[in-house]
Amino acid sequence: MSQTETTKDLVLDLENLNVRFETEDGICYAVNGLDMKIERGKAIGLVGETGAGKTTTALSLLRLVPDPPGVVECDKMVINGHDMLNISIKELEKIRGKDISMIFQDPMTALNPVFTVGDQIAESIMLHEGVSMADAQRKAIDMLELVGIPGERAGEYPHEFSGGMKQRVVIAIALACHPQLLIADEPTTALDVTIQAQVLDLMRNLRQQYQTSLIMITHDLGIVAEVCDDVAVMYGGNIVEEGTLEDVFNHTLHPYTEGLFNSLPNINDRKAKLTPIRGLMLDPMDMPPGCPFSPRCPYADEKCDEPQVKKYVSETHAIRCCAYERPGFHIDRKER
Amino acid sequence: MADNILEVKNLKKYFKTKRGVLQAVDDVSFTLERGKTLGLVGESGCGKSTTGRSILRLIEPTAGEIIFDGKEIHKLSKSQMRHVRKDMQLIFQDPYSSLDPRKTVSQLIAEPIIANKLMKTKSEVDLRVAELMSTVGLAPRLFNTYPHELDGGRRQRIGIARALAMRPQFIVCDEPVSALDVSIQAQILNLLKELQEQFELSYIFITHDLSVVNHFSDDIAVMYLGKIVEKAPSEELFANPLHPYTKALLSAIPIPELGEKRERIIIKGEITSPINMPDECRFYKRCSYACDRCKSIPPLEEVSPGHFVACSCLDSI
Ligand SMILES: Nc1ncnc2c1ncn2[C@@H]1O[C@H](COP(=O)(O)OP(=O)(O)OP(=O)(O)O)[C@@H](O)[C@H]1O
Ligand SMILES: Nc1ncnc2c1ncn2[C@@H]1O[C@H](COP(=O)(O)OP(=O)(O)OP(=O)(O)O)[C@@H](O)[C@H]1O
Ligand SMILES: [Mg+2]
Ligand SMILES: [Mg+2]
Repeated sequence: MSQTETTKDLVLDLENLNVRFETEDGICYAVNGLDMKIERGKAIGLVGETGAGKTTTALSLLRLVPDPPGVVECDKMVINGHDMLNISIKELEKIRGKDISMIFQDPMTALNPVFTVGDQIAESIMLHEGVSMADAQRKAIDMLELVGIPGERAGEYPHEFSGGMKQRVVIAIALACHPQLLIADEPTTALDVTIQAQVLDLMRNLRQQYQTSLIMITHDLGIVAEVCDDVAVMYGGNIVEEGTLEDVFNHTLHPYTEGLFNSLPNINDRKAKLTPIRGLMLDPMDMPPGCPFSPRCPYADEKCDEPQVKKYVSETHAIRCCAYERPGFHIDRKER
Repeated sequence: MADNILEVKNLKKYFKTKRGVLQAVDDVSFTLERGKTLGLVGESGCGKSTTGRSILRLIEPTAGEIIFDGKEIHKLSKSQMRHVRKDMQLIFQDPYSSLDPRKTVSQLIAEPIIANKLMKTKSEVDLRVAELMSTVGLAPRLFNTYPHELDGGRRQRIGIARALAMRPQFIVCDEPVSALDVSIQAQILNLLKELQEQFELSYIFITHDLSVVNHFSDDIAVMYLGKIVEKAPSEELFANPLHPYTKALLSAIPIPELGEKRERIIIKGEITSPINMPDECRFYKRCSYACDRCKSIPPLEEVSPGHFVACSCLDSI
């Protein structure tokens, strides 16, 4: 994520992604001109309120947006050297799992109840590595042990596993072919903090071992602080602020990011009243012409009715917001 | 003497399953002072919801005493219970699935008023619905809206209005904000706090989000496999956790700040099966301090005023 990326080893190079859903009720503008570049080995946290377009962005990268009603348009989508926009279905199937792989939010729906967990991991390995079933089975057992489940449980069915174990099986499947880019969509929301800690630990270790790049989609800024190198904050289908953890957490520039942090309970002052972001959630069927956050933004003026362009304030830190250029503008971050 | 709205003594709820007896709630005791909030935390399946539902007698407890506002409600018949239940309400986690999609906002809020015959005429009901909508911050223009047209925060406000319709004294909030994003979560938590002050409500607040429970509760009880393993005033619990499970739980909260990383205690192993549990400390198999003393169930004992712990090895931790 930097201005001078030409020489960088990019796992993802995405330019001007637009996704809309053409439904009976109207057109939902889910993603609007999003760019994203990820260097090999980096982990980026994708945060933003419900409906911001995080999952839709992820599904676009896997070319899994349902069509109809989804319409995906994009100038450039290169994943690990593959031009995803000009590719056959057959090649696509090979790339999914091997180059890019996704952990879906709900482990229950991602697993097939009628196959053993071992077979489900093995199947994915067979498909991508072209090895025999016996070899794939052996590797599946290795993968299970890697995620902390005893290999002898490979013959059990998903319902015999706890929620945390199922989620680890899903992670084992996603990692079985050592994808170069892993997308994790709220991978731990269904889990308790203690199990969550185990799973995050596991993902961190695996990332070190295999140089996997990661897109971590989450509402939890604590998780981002713990696992990611960079952060992208989404609002209304686009990234409104992006940068390193240090940039976004400690030098916040976008008013929406400010609101997000200020809504969190203050750990040091239990009695403090919480301060939610004022106003209504954005309706993606009725997008304002300019900055999508302007109707709720305490700093908005008439300049915000024009489309916002991305501006770099440093090598790594970029925002879509004109307010910070005004004299005297500063973000108001609550003491935590 | 403290004015207790609720006293729970030795509450048990066992389920018979194919593989044996599941001790979902096993000998839980606590008191809740009027106007206060008790937070109930612990990992998935530890018995939080079952505790809440047993207290309201939405499911029948296997054993134990529940004294609500001076009445021994565990002794009441089902029909006697109906009168008391007006005073005791439940707010669910999932505002999406707990509302009938074919009813409008006003119909949903009117439902408990009509079902309990609190008001006679339509105009009385409408007036009360309008009043409740304003109390929970739902705009009057949403009167005839359907829940699917609303965001999660507003749907949760409908659930709260329905609970308030009965003018309860006590509400069990079962993960009321877990499905919401942080900003809407803040709105709902503020609302619940304001309502508590306005109507002197007492809450049991169930959650697995520890930063929320810390903000919201006066006391916190930590449950593990059907038992309360530690209970203390919130500040005390966060400042001075004593049970090894509580320590691990608190150390595992991801903090949205950069800087020095905390020492994290990772609990080893899997959650123990709650079926046919042996008579040993419930945390025995996963505890790094476990010793022979832990092979019997430790009682919940007061170690300093208001701070209770169930652990046999406190001296060696
Ligand atoms: N299949 C679909 N048909 C119609 N609209 C859709 C579809 N999928 C997503 N949308 C809409 O696109 C927008 C973006 O949704 P998306 O699921 O990407 O949000 P998100 O950021 O992942 O939110 P959350 O945090 O709730 O998961 C939303 O307004 C959503 O209603
Ligand atoms: N009707 C039932 N029949 C059999 N077992 C049940 C029933 N209801 C709950 N249980 C079991 O009782 C235990 C406690 O469940 P409970 O729903 O109270 O947990 P919880 O702490 O609320 O968990 P969560 O955080 O996932 O909501 C679990 O092992 C659950 O599987
Ligand atoms: Mg999503
Ligand atoms: Mg529950």
